[in-house]
Amino acid sequence: MTGDHEHSHSHNHEHQTVPSDFALRVKSLESLLVEKGLVDRAALDALVDAYEHKIGPRNGARVVARAWTDAAYKQRLLTSADAAIAELGYGGMQGEHMVVVENTPKIHNMVVCTLCSCYPWPVLGLPPVWYKSAPYRSRAVLDPRGVLREFGLNLPDDVEVRVWDSTAEVRYLVLPERPRGTEKMSEDELAPLITRDSMVGVAKVTLPHEGGRA
Amino acid sequence: MNGVHDMGGMHDMGPIEYEKDEPVFHAAWEARLFALRRAMGAWRKWNIDATRYQVEMVPPADYLELSYYARQFVAFLEMLPKSGLVSKAEIENATPDPKQPTATPALTADNAAQLVAKGIPTSRDLPVSARFVVGQQVRARNMHPAGHTRLPRYTRGKRGTIDRDHGVFVFPDTNAHFLGEKPQHVYSVRFSARELWGEQAAAQDSVYVDLWDDYLEPA
Repeated sequence: MTGDHEHSHSHNHEHQTVPSDFALRVKSLESLLVEKGLVDRAALDALVDAYEHKIGPRNGARVVARAWTDAAYKQRLLTSADAAIAELGYGGMQGEHMVVVENTPKIHNMVVCTLCSCYPWPVLGLPPVWYKSAPYRSRAVLDPRGVLREFGLNLPDDVEVRVWDSTAEVRYLVLPERPRGTEKMSEDELAPLITRDSMVGVAKVTLPHEGGRA
Repeated sequence: MNGVHDMGGMHDMGPIEYEKDEPVFHAAWEARLFALRRAMGAWRKWNIDATRYQVEMVPPADYLELSYYARQFVAFLEMLPKSGLVSKAEIENATPDPKQPTATPALTADNAAQLVAKGIPTSRDLPVSARFVVGQQVRARNMHPAGHTRLPRYTRGKRGTIDRDHGVFVFPDTNAHFLGEKPQHVYSVRFSARELWGEQAAAQDSVYVDLWDDYLEPA
């Protein structure tokens, strides 16, 4: 292990030069690897396109909306998540082994990865910066109720909080509670209400006029 | 290793900084790096545990200061020469060594879609017997390996209950060091919040942690 990384000089220039330096360095590394025939630029483009445009929390929202409107599907989702998620066409990298945990009026689940940033990509896309950051990773297990308050969610004392630390290759998705007042809504109408944060377990799903954080 | 990456339970890391309508990538280089790491991974010269360990070895002050992708880049630059696919000199000069043969990319645009759709499963369909059963009381072993481990410090020595058996998976502590997969059962272990944090925690709260057979002993 060496400590004299290429970026060490950037400490002298604070944050200003870090992004441009990294941009340049990554660019030249890409050129090198392409020239050597080790990577294919079209494959890189395809990977970026998949996570920028095709894979994201809309996928998870479809899973949740289906579970809210189809009791048999919900049962399959809670018992064999991989197969149930695959029914909707989702699955794959960083979601090879899925478990879905259900929020109820008395149980609130939230997901973290204290050791790195494990996250269920096929249903939620790539994680946001806060999920990967030290403040969330350090405190989610120690003070989940305090973390939830920071997200604007005050849980009553009689609610049980279950934190899922993704320390292995199992990836967790929270099935949030279906909000009251949505009983007549269809699966397609429900899906847009379901946020990424509600499926990580740091928010509840709210109706637009209730003003929850998107 | 007892590194700063093992953050569960630490104080004073600051407020959670939430960005509304956050983009998938904050700069083009993050996206290119993300893709490069997957494309180079297709050469199968390393595995997910080895890449995690490489990130853990980013010096602690740097680990905390650098962004997620910056850390990944630092670790990637260390990993590449170890693979034998690229030399340190080539990386430093950003120029291929003419004496080195060129290759055919391991990952093409066609099989990139396949990689995304199928992933790289780390479960193993092997008849490995489970050392523990659901409902059993266990204790996370008090161990401090200097190498890679996925046993968080905040669980070590603590008592929990086997909540579910996830099946047989590759063992990170050996796999990260290319010492074999040592497949074994992984369980979701429920620790009461009070067992972990004492009286300050709510009595009904708990933390579920996925732990391998080798991390556990009967309680």
